[in-house]
Amino acid sequence: MKEALYTIIVHSENIAGVLNKVTAAFTRRQVNIETLNVSASSIKGVHKYTITSRTDAINIERIVQQISKNIDVIQAHFFLDSELMHREIAMYKLSTDILKSQPAISQIIRKYSAHIIEVNEVFSILEMSGVDEEITALYEELRNFNTILQFVRSGRVVVTTSSFEHVDDFLESRNKEHKLSRESCWTKDA
Amino acid sequence: MIKEQKINKEVQAVKMTGGEALLSALEDHGVNTLFGYPGGAIMPVYDRLYDHKEKLNHILMRHEQGAIHAAQGFARVSGQIGVCMVTSGPGATNTITGIADAMIDSTPVLVIAGQVGTKMLGSDAFQEVDLVGITQPISKWSYQIRSAADVPWAVARACYIATSGRPGPVVLDFTKDAQIGTLDYQPTIVDFIRSYVSNPQPQEGSLEQAATLINEATKPFMLVGQGVLLGEATAELEELVKKTDIPVGETLLGLSAMPSAHPNNLGMLGMHGNLAPNKATNLCDVLIAVGMRFDDRVTGNLETYAPQAKVIHLDIDPAEFNKNVRVDVPILGDCKQSLKKLTALCAPRNHQSWIDSLLPYAEEEHRVVCSKELCSTPDGALRMGQVARLVSQAAHDEAILVTDVGQNQMLSSRYFRYTHPRSLVTSGGLGTMGFGLPAAIGAIYGNRQVNHDDKKPVVLMTGDGGIQMVIQELGTIMEQQCPVKMVILNNSYLGNVRQWQEMFFKKRYSFTPMENPDYLKLSDAYGIKSKRVVSEEQINEAIAEMLSYDGAYLLEVCVEKEGNVMPMVPIGGTISDMLLEP
Repeated sequence: MKEALYTIIVHSENIAGVLNKVTAAFTRRQVNIETLNVSASSIKGVHKYTITSRTDAINIERIVQQISKNIDVIQAHFFLDSELMHREIAMYKLSTDILKSQPAISQIIRKYSAHIIEVNEVFSILEMSGVDEEITALYEELRNFNTILQFVRSGRVVVTTSSFEHVDDFLESRNKEHKLSRESCWTKDA
Repeated sequence: MIKEQKINKEVQAVKMTGGEALLSALEDHGVNTLFGYPGGAIMPVYDRLYDHKEKLNHILMRHEQGAIHAAQGFARVSGQIGVCMVTSGPGATNTITGIADAMIDSTPVLVIAGQVGTKMLGSDAFQEVDLVGITQPISKWSYQIRSAADVPWAVARACYIATSGRPGPVVLDFTKDAQIGTLDYQPTIVDFIRSYVSNPQPQEGSLEQAATLINEATKPFMLVGQGVLLGEATAELEELVKKTDIPVGETLLGLSAMPSAHPNNLGMLGMHGNLAPNKATNLCDVLIAVGMRFDDRVTGNLETYAPQAKVIHLDIDPAEFNKNVRVDVPILGDCKQSLKKLTALCAPRNHQSWIDSLLPYAEEEHRVVCSKELCSTPDGALRMGQVARLVSQAAHDEAILVTDVGQNQMLSSRYFRYTHPRSLVTSGGLGTMGFGLPAAIGAIYGNRQVNHDDKKPVVLMTGDGGIQMVIQELGTIMEQQCPVKMVILNNSYLGNVRQWQEMFFKKRYSFTPMENPDYLKLSDAYGIKSKRVVSEEQINEAIAEMLSYDGAYLLEVCVEKEGNVMPMVPIGGTISDMLLEP
């Protein structure tokens, strides 16, 4: 079956160990994770994982089903690039000497709309945000000048083009159910 | 983290240690039986247990693996949570096989393991192991209790998770300082976790689609799995079958969901199942799977599995839909509700001619396979299937069968007859050799839990290989005077592996012949009554003696040495192409 790059978005409770359970769904099938980004979401107490992985349609469906099954995972979904707006941020640490001596590098930086955020005598730091390919392309161009001292990229962050964020609605409906069951029973601990 | 819990504030708070709170919380959740083994890191709990002996019956097993399998046996027979308590490090790792077994077979068990003090965590302390890390992939939930105040919530959450939705094992890793620390205890329950929908409601649209398919079907066929037993939906299943007249096949773990004698019950599915239900799978026009997971031993080659049929799948676990077999109509929900609603939408039907068309397969299997398996060999050796059927009959088909794994498991499951739900306890998914003996001990207590007596005998059918993996549990049987009826089907081989060596490895019997101890002397050492039987003339009397004996009994039956389990679908074969002879 044909492979594609999938982006998986997972919302979970903010509990130690959930990441382990999420990644285990990939490891068990020996499917590699290309990028992984974990941060607090817009909902208090809820963490958001953005994961990219290259695999086929059957595998991704099974992986996401298994992730969803975890007790503390609220929701998990997968998307193709056509269903997303995605960006990465990258930092390139360059030799200041080479940067100064090669004017062509400045032209490349402007071409990619990258920003210099630090300059000192030894190194300069360039920051760029863009899609995966642009970040790689800038890296390749700079590499030709033998100027890169360090390179780091964040992994993807995404927003979906559909009206995706159902997590709020889901939690609200769950909380309503909870309130109903609570009213007929003991008091809840604050 | 949000800790959803309900605390009963009408009950006066009592100051106690975390260890005592654990025991009080177990009692509050209806637990009255524990299977365990003490050790250093769980000693504060065991110390408190000394004062809870009246309410909590602790069964001291002879190995932690025995403790977890006994908890599984208890849960499988009673439908209630089985609890196992062990120490840290090796005590905890000895339960791993059982946790994995309970996970794959959806058994509600709670493992409580001691853990080193919080200050020692991560320091490679004596008997420290990362139990939460180890058990995460093989448990429904695992949690480390680091503070005494957490105990009531953690126990409540563990019990809720283990027993709700699709049941499974949960692990509480209990640090020593949380056991010693104090809290103000009040009874606490958890019946809601916002990220976990334990009781999804079946969608009307799916039910209607399924009913239309069933009503229009001329050759419908139903696959019944353990979900029907777990969901206590045997009456609802019976109603649906009564109304729609659909023939039924059961998975290994689904056996006993419907009486063996029911006219619509075609028997067991899968590799060593019956011919008629496996044929029906590839002949039917609509396949209705209830609470089962299309295990590879049930499906054989997926490419050729029921390609002609529309598939309806009822399950409480959405991750099962389309996992192995593409489903046309998934019905998410508790099968007790789903079956009831589906029955209301289905029209009465008569499928006698379709059922009749399958009977020749049953007759063929009986002629070629069963009629031989139910008799001694031409040179007078007893056969496993023959012994199993005789035991079943002698117990008026009322026994609770516990099996080990291998030929003893397949032949006992095939030839026992079932009259009431939850009367088979076997390790299906993981296929754990050594499961049988401790699970049978647990089954004794599970049976007492729901039936309040030992009238239904618990019969263990095991092999000489499996029992030797856990033979130390004879000590538990001795000490507790557990009336387990143990039948060792002794062929002096690891029989199932030998069968495969015969059929697929040119009879190269690599490390499958096995020397046995003198089981009668061994039983004698444990004070357990025993007998050895080698021929048909002795067998009926010995079985009768075993069943009527007031207490544990070990019956060693020397069976045909190189018997095979037939029929069989070789690995990767088409499910309807069963071999009737090797």
